[in-house]
Amino acid sequence: MRISRLAMSSAIAVVGTLMGLASAATAFAEGKNGPTDGGLGLQRSVTPVMDSISNITNYWIVPLMVVIVLFVLVLMAVILVKFRAKANPNPSKTSHNSVLEVVWTLVPVIILVVLVIPSMKLLYYQDVIPEAGLVVKVTGNTWNWEYAYPDHENVDPYISSIVDISNEEKFGLSHAQIITKIDARPADEPRLDGRPYLFASDAPLVVPVDTVVKVLVTSNNNIHAFSVAQFGIKIDAIPGKINETWFKVHAGEEGTYYGQCSEICGVNHSFMPIEVMVVSKVKFENWLANDGQFSAQYASTQNINGAVQTAAAK
Amino acid sequence: MSDAYGDHKPKFFTRWLFSTNHKDIGTLYLVFSILGGLIGGYLSFMMRMELMEPGMQYFASPHKFSMFASMHGLLMIFFMVMPAVIGGFGNWFVPLMIGAPDMAFPRMNNLSFWLLPVALICLIASMFVPGGPSGNGFAGGWVMYPPLSTSGHPGPAFDFVIIGLLAAGFSSIFGAINFITTIFNMRAPGMTMHKMPLLAWGVLVTSWLLLLSLPVLAASLIMLFTDRNAGTGFFDPAMGGDPVMFQHLFWFFGHPEVYIMVLPAFGIISHIVSTFSRKPIFGYLGMAYAMVAIGVVGFVVWAHHMFTVGMDVDLKAYFMAATMIIAVPTGIKIFSWLATMWGGSIRMTIPMMWAQAFIFMFVIGGVTGVHMASAGLDTSIHDTYYIVSHFHYVLALGAVFAMFAGFTYWFGKMSGYLYNKWLAAVHFWLFFIGVNLIFFPQHFLGLQGMPRRYVDYPAEFAFWNKVSSIGAMVTLVGVIFFLLWILEAFLVKRKAGDNYWGEEANTLEWTLSSPPPFHQFSVLPKIK
Repeated sequence: MRISRLAMSSAIAVVGTLMGLASAATAFAEGKNGPTDGGLGLQRSVTPVMDSISNITNYWIVPLMVVIVLFVLVLMAVILVKFRAKANPNPSKTSHNSVLEVVWTLVPVIILVVLVIPSMKLLYYQDVIPEAGLVVKVTGNTWNWEYAYPDHENVDPYISSIVDISNEEKFGLSHAQIITKIDARPADEPRLDGRPYLFASDAPLVVPVDTVVKVLVTSNNNIHAFSVAQFGIKIDAIPGKINETWFKVHAGEEGTYYGQCSEICGVNHSFMPIEVMVVSKVKFENWLANDGQFSAQYASTQNINGAVQTAAAK
Repeated sequence: MSDAYGDHKPKFFTRWLFSTNHKDIGTLYLVFSILGGLIGGYLSFMMRMELMEPGMQYFASPHKFSMFASMHGLLMIFFMVMPAVIGGFGNWFVPLMIGAPDMAFPRMNNLSFWLLPVALICLIASMFVPGGPSGNGFAGGWVMYPPLSTSGHPGPAFDFVIIGLLAAGFSSIFGAINFITTIFNMRAPGMTMHKMPLLAWGVLVTSWLLLLSLPVLAASLIMLFTDRNAGTGFFDPAMGGDPVMFQHLFWFFGHPEVYIMVLPAFGIISHIVSTFSRKPIFGYLGMAYAMVAIGVVGFVVWAHHMFTVGMDVDLKAYFMAATMIIAVPTGIKIFSWLATMWGGSIRMTIPMMWAQAFIFMFVIGGVTGVHMASAGLDTSIHDTYYIVSHFHYVLALGAVFAMFAGFTYWFGKMSGYLYNKWLAAVHFWLFFIGVNLIFFPQHFLGLQGMPRRYVDYPAEFAFWNKVSSIGAMVTLVGVIFFLLWILEAFLVKRKAGDNYWGEEANTLEWTLSSPPPFHQFSVLPKIK
């Protein structure tokens, strides 16, 4: 079965190379917002928490994983070649080596301790919420999100639903066909207008840039999870319980960011996206002053693909 | 070995329906497991076909897709992996390896098995009766979180699931009692605990995990049942209950459950690696107690499945640290297998190929496990395809590869026939390539943020989903070759010798004929 052994080693080598590729790619995350087709690593970070997550993931845990896997891989390949029956007809009878056993117990312990330290720092940084400049309340429904600004009574709470057609209508259609159908609607109905299908909603959450935003998350019925990948947040929306998390988008990173419900919540679990519009502080003041509407001069912003979009009326 | 009873076999119906013989019951379990695997595999294959392209092509209703996903999980765990590694290999080889004539409670053994088809019928039936408001069947994920599993699924489908899982749970509890009693009391003279083969160790630890964790599952299922049907509010916040409490109870069972599936697999791999390296297993005691350690620590790490429920930060810190500790005994196992091979005289037989692939892929699943154990990093990958990839690397590619390793290792011993090496090799390679194509790209999808249990996804996730679905097709062809080589072996009937692997296969089952006599060890073997 020599061919088997060779094939085995090379197959393992291919998978190993893939792992290496993955680590290289995550270490140099692209400048694009949102996921990238064929992308390998985390989405681009725009908050301090996500900065930490990205740094530890890209420069610490992924390289460590790749090194460990490659180490085992090389060791296996060496063993399979060096100690094949033909090359080594008489097996040794060694079945103990105390030094070796202590070493392979202690070395992983040391690696883990070194890994636990930045993980603990990240955990407490993420979980202890700094003084907030804005509080928003997010409530999960089946199957949409309700956004409220408890400190700004002039802004009425509003529902944010996906821009989509019904499940019956879209069965068998490609995304391009679905998008065409949506955009053929009259202008007073929610349309995509170049925004990404399945991410875009009819009323985004609006928050200011460079401000600590505290998010209170709960649910009216099933459990949902409020998640925005580029912010490094994901927190369950649980009925009868208010969870909290926070984010602070870096100055200069105004734009629209997306997330998706991340806890199975029933039939339309796949269809309750989270759209967050991050605007300048001036724009946000304007939005608040206008009871949750942008006045005309502020009504456009850049979308995920860089195209200019008109702020969706809520 | 033959005596008055030696080869007296009952007639067909008496033999297979009323069986009290551990080998026959083991065979029933294995056949049942293949059946469960084929149904569960069909469900996942349909999911992969749906996800091949963005849009909804095969499932008119997202409810049905989620139902397939939920049932896939439950079937693969309770009706494929557990029946194979515990019921199948455990029943067949634990008594043989420890030199016992049969299991301690043969009739309870029969009950253990026959509860499973009842359970499976309940689960299958659930798929065809009203579940949620938008379709038949239960579609709340295998984790069954309320309120989705209570107020979210008013129809009877989930009651069928509860009853089925209770039956499967009792089956496993009876099995666990049987194994513990057998292993503690029925070892042949001279077979001390510290001489016991590692498969028996794995099954012993697993049995304790089953015995301690399944009652918790049973209790939480009954609470769900009464919440649904009797007006209690254990998990309903409007009645003072707490949905998160269910998650704690569920994962108190759910986490040991993953070790339940993989510890017997560790035992199988140890025997195969030792046999085909022609060396005794390296660090035997370390291997045995690593399994015990994994079992013990496995009970105190459950909430790492719940890092996003809004737990206290100190609690998260504890569960993160405790979880990472598991990497240590697991590392001991991996390195001991490699050390067993080091200096050996390695034969790359079919079971050895499965075992090597198991070790390698278990390492991949292991390191991603450490990644997710870091609670802060978990925020990014929780409930994404990264976790799907992780647990399939340790279970679908780990436990299942160990099952194929064991099956190809003992097939001749169990059936008395040798299989065609080339057909079996094709099965291996298609499976190895196929499952890696399915699951490796899912790491990328997960890092990119694709949530799991989605029937349709944004176009940005299209490429790796396509690769993954192509992998599913390759795997399907592999499954066909699996069935082919079994069929071929039974048609051609090449007789297997007593010990067709050679002298290094030195556990007690190799001292018997292939297949072993209907009743073995009427004179107990003495272990030196």
